[in-house]
Amino acid sequence: MRRRKFEELFFRGLMLLATVIISGSLFLIVGTIFYKGAPYMNLDMITKTPGGGFYIGKAGGILNAIIGSLYIAGGATVSGLLISVPVAIFINMYINGKTFLANTLRMAYDVLFGIPSIVYGAFGFLIMVYFGLRASLLGGIIAVTLLVIPILVRTLDEVIRTVPSELGDATLSLGATRWETAKVILRQVRPGIFTALLLSFGRAIGDVASVLFTAGFSDNIPASLHEPAASLPLAIFFQLSSPVAEVQGRGYASALVLTIIVLFITILSEICIRKFYKQKA
Amino acid sequence: MYQEVLQTESVVAKKTHISVKGLNVHIGSQHILKDISIDIPDKKVTSIIGPSGCGKTTLLKTFNRLLDNSSDVKITGKVLVDGENIYDPNIEVTRIRKKMGLLSQRPYPLPMSVYENVAYGPRIHGTRKKALLDALVERQLRATGLWEEVKDRLNAPATRLSIGQQQRLCLARGLAVNPEIILGDESTSALDPVSTRIIEDLFMKLKEKYSIVLVTHILRQAARISDYIIFVYMGKIIEAGPAEQILQDPKEELTRQYVKGYIT
Amino acid sequence: MLIFTILSVSILLFIGVELYLHSLPVLHKLSWGQLITSSVWKPMKGLFGFFPFIMGTLWVTGIAIVIALPLCILTAVYITEYAPSRIKKILSPFVNLLSGIPPVIFGVWGVLFIIPLIQNHIASHFVDFSTGYSVLAGGIVLAVMIFPLIVSIITEVLRTIPQDLRDASSSLGATKWETTKKVVLRKALPGIVAALVLAISRAFGETIAVLMVCGNNAVVPHSVFDPGYPLPALIANNYGDMMSIPLYDSALMFAALLLFIIILLFNIISRVILSRLERRLAA
Repeated sequence: MRRRKFEELFFRGLMLLATVIISGSLFLIVGTIFYKGAPYMNLDMITKTPGGGFYIGKAGGILNAIIGSLYIAGGATVSGLLISVPVAIFINMYINGKTFLANTLRMAYDVLFGIPSIVYGAFGFLIMVYFGLRASLLGGIIAVTLLVIPILVRTLDEVIRTVPSELGDATLSLGATRWETAKVILRQVRPGIFTALLLSFGRAIGDVASVLFTAGFSDNIPASLHEPAASLPLAIFFQLSSPVAEVQGRGYASALVLTIIVLFITILSEICIRKFYKQKA
Repeated sequence: MYQEVLQTESVVAKKTHISVKGLNVHIGSQHILKDISIDIPDKKVTSIIGPSGCGKTTLLKTFNRLLDNSSDVKITGKVLVDGENIYDPNIEVTRIRKKMGLLSQRPYPLPMSVYENVAYGPRIHGTRKKALLDALVERQLRATGLWEEVKDRLNAPATRLSIGQQQRLCLARGLAVNPEIILGDESTSALDPVSTRIIEDLFMKLKEKYSIVLVTHILRQAARISDYIIFVYMGKIIEAGPAEQILQDPKEELTRQYVKGYIT
Repeated sequence: MLIFTILSVSILLFIGVELYLHSLPVLHKLSWGQLITSSVWKPMKGLFGFFPFIMGTLWVTGIAIVIALPLCILTAVYITEYAPSRIKKILSPFVNLLSGIPPVIFGVWGVLFIIPLIQNHIASHFVDFSTGYSVLAGGIVLAVMIFPLIVSIITEVLRTIPQDLRDASSSLGATKWETTKKVVLRKALPGIVAALVLAISRAFGETIAVLMVCGNNAVVPHSVFDPGYPLPALIANNYGDMMSIPLYDSALMFAALLLFIIILLFNIISRVILSRLERRLAA
C-alpha cells in the first residue's frame, strides 16, 4: 500500500512538473520576445516602409511587411473560404456526411492538412511558373490559399456536423432548396465559421515556407496583385540575419508585432469557440 | 419518527452494516441530501426508492465515497461502516472502497479482456500468482452464472459480451475484491427482462453473504427482491422500514402517494 | 459545389504528380536508390545524395517527439484528471495560446534562448565543443511548437471518457493514479496515437523554426549535439540558388517530393494502425 501511495505522489509531482514546463514555455517565449523587442519598438516601425539602407541600420519601418502579410493572409482566407464552404456543405449535405465517399473525402483533406507548408510553397511555385507569374502578391495568395483550404474544410466540416440533421430535414420538408437549407445551417454555425476564419488567418499570417518562393519580397507596399509583397515572417528573418545589432534589434521588434497580432487573433478565436459551444448547450 | 419505528421493530432481528448519522451533502450551491440518518441492515436487500433527482444516487455514492471524485462537493456528518466512520480524514479511502462493490446503471467494462476485468481488483490489491488469479476469476464468474458462457473467450475484449453479460461481468468484477456490501445504482435499467431477472436472482442469492443496497425506480423490482425499503424525497428520508410495510401500508402520506402511483 | 470539391481534393494528386514530373531530370541522372542512400552532396558536380537530409529530418523529429510526448501526456492527464476546476479553466486555453504563435517566432526564441543554453550549459557536459546549433536545438524548438497540438488533442480524448468508467475502477479500490494508468490511458490509446501521428506530421514539415537553429550542415548527425539539415530547411535555404545551377531545381523538387511521399505514407500507415487499435479495444 505504501508503494501504491508513493507511486501516486510521484506521478502527481511529475504531472505538475510537466504542466509547469509546458505553460512556462509560453511565458518564456512571449516574454523573451517582449524583452528583446520592446526596446526597439517605436511608432516608426509600424507606420513607415523601409528607407534605403534599412537593412544596414538606417531609418524606416516594417509597414511593407505588415500590410503585405495582411493582404496575403486576408486574400488567402477569403479565397479559401469561398472554396471551402461549398466543399464542406457538399460533404455534409449532398452526399450525406456519413457515407464511405464522405469519409474518404475527409481522409483526403486530413492528408492535405498534414502536408507541410513548404510543399505547398514548392507546388505554388510550380503553378506560378506554369502560368508565367512572377513572385508576387498573387503568387503568395495562391500558395497560402492552398495551405489554408484543408484547415478551413476540416474546421467547417466539424462545425457543420454539430448541427443535428433534423434541422436540415425540417427545412427541406418545408420546401426549401438544398442551397437555401445550406444557408440556414450556415447561419446556425456562424460563430464556428468565424472561428475557422480566425484560425486560418492566424496560420496564414505566420507561415514562412509557403510565401518564401511565391510572394517574393519588396520594400514597398504592393499596389497590384502582380507586385512582389513583403511578409512579416520573412522580414523578421532577414532582419535577424543581419550582422548589424540595430537591425537585429528591429528584427525582435518585428517579431513582437507579429506575436501581438497573432495572440490577438488566437484570443479572439478562443472567445468565439466558447461562444459557439455555449450557444449550443 | 421513522427512526424509532425501525429500531423498535428490528432491534432484535438485525445487525446494522452501514449507519448514517446526520449526513448533509451540498453539490455546488444545491443542498442535495438533508440531514440523513438511517441504518442499513446487514445481509439483507435494502432498496432506496423515490422520484428522479431526489438524491437516491447521491446517497448511494456517499457510501463508498465516490463523491470524492466530483468537484464542488461538501459533505458533513458521519457514515459508519462496521462502526468505522468512513469520512474520517485519517481513513484509507481505497480500503473502504474495497469493502463495497458498485454496479452502475449501465455496464462499464474496463477496456480489457473478460479475464482481466475480473482480475483487475485483486491484481491491484496485491494478488499476483497466476494460479490464484485463475481460480478467483473462475469462482466469481461461476458465482454470477457467467462461467459457462464465457469460459472459452476469457481473453476476448469484455466489450464483445452482450449487455446482460457485461453487467454480470461487472458484478463478478466487484465480487472479486471480496467486498462486504454490494451497491447497485439502478443496475438493471439498461437490461432486457431476462437479464434483469438473472441479476435480481443473483442479488437474492448473494444476500446470504453480502449486504445489498439498491437504488431503483422500479417499484415492482423493489417489491420482488427487497427486505427493507427506504423512501427518499427531495433529499430527505420520508419513511423507511420492512418492504411489505412500506409498500402495502405506508405510514406517511407522501409515501402512500408515491407507492400508489405505481401499484394498483 | 461538386466542382470545387473535386478540384480541391485533386490538389493532392496534382501536387504529387507535379513534384514528380519536376523531379524527373534529377531522377534520370541518379536512381531512387542512389539519391536516397548517398551522402554526397555536391550540386556543382551534379551529385545529390539526400541521405544526410533524411537523417537530419528523422533526428530532429525523433528528438522532438521524445521530449514532447511524455510531457504532453502528463500535462493532459493533469488538466483533465487532477487539476482543480479553477486552474483547469485557465490552463487549457492558455496552452492553446501557444498554438497560434508563428513558427518564425519559435525560431527567434530558439536562437535567443536555446542555442546559448546548449552551447554554454548543456553541451559542455557531453562533448568538447558545440556551437549550440544542433539537432537537439531543432528538436527542442519543435517540441515546444507541437506542445499545444498534442496537449489539446489528448485533453479532448480524455474528456470524452465517461466518468462512470473511472468510478468503476475507483470502486474496486484503485488509487487515482492506478485508475488513470490502467483504465483511462488505456481507453484513450487510439486517441493518443492519433495525436502522436499528427504531431509527427507537423514536425516533419516544419521549416523555418528548425532552419534557424539546427546548423544547416549537410552531414549525417551522430549525436544530438551535431548539426543537422532537415529536408524542409534544405529546400528553403537553397531556393535562391535553385535556378543558377543545373539540375538543382529538380533536386529540390525531389526533396519536396520526398517529404510529400513520407507524409502520405505516414498518414496511410497510421490510419491502418489506428483502425486496428480501435477494433481491438472496442466492441
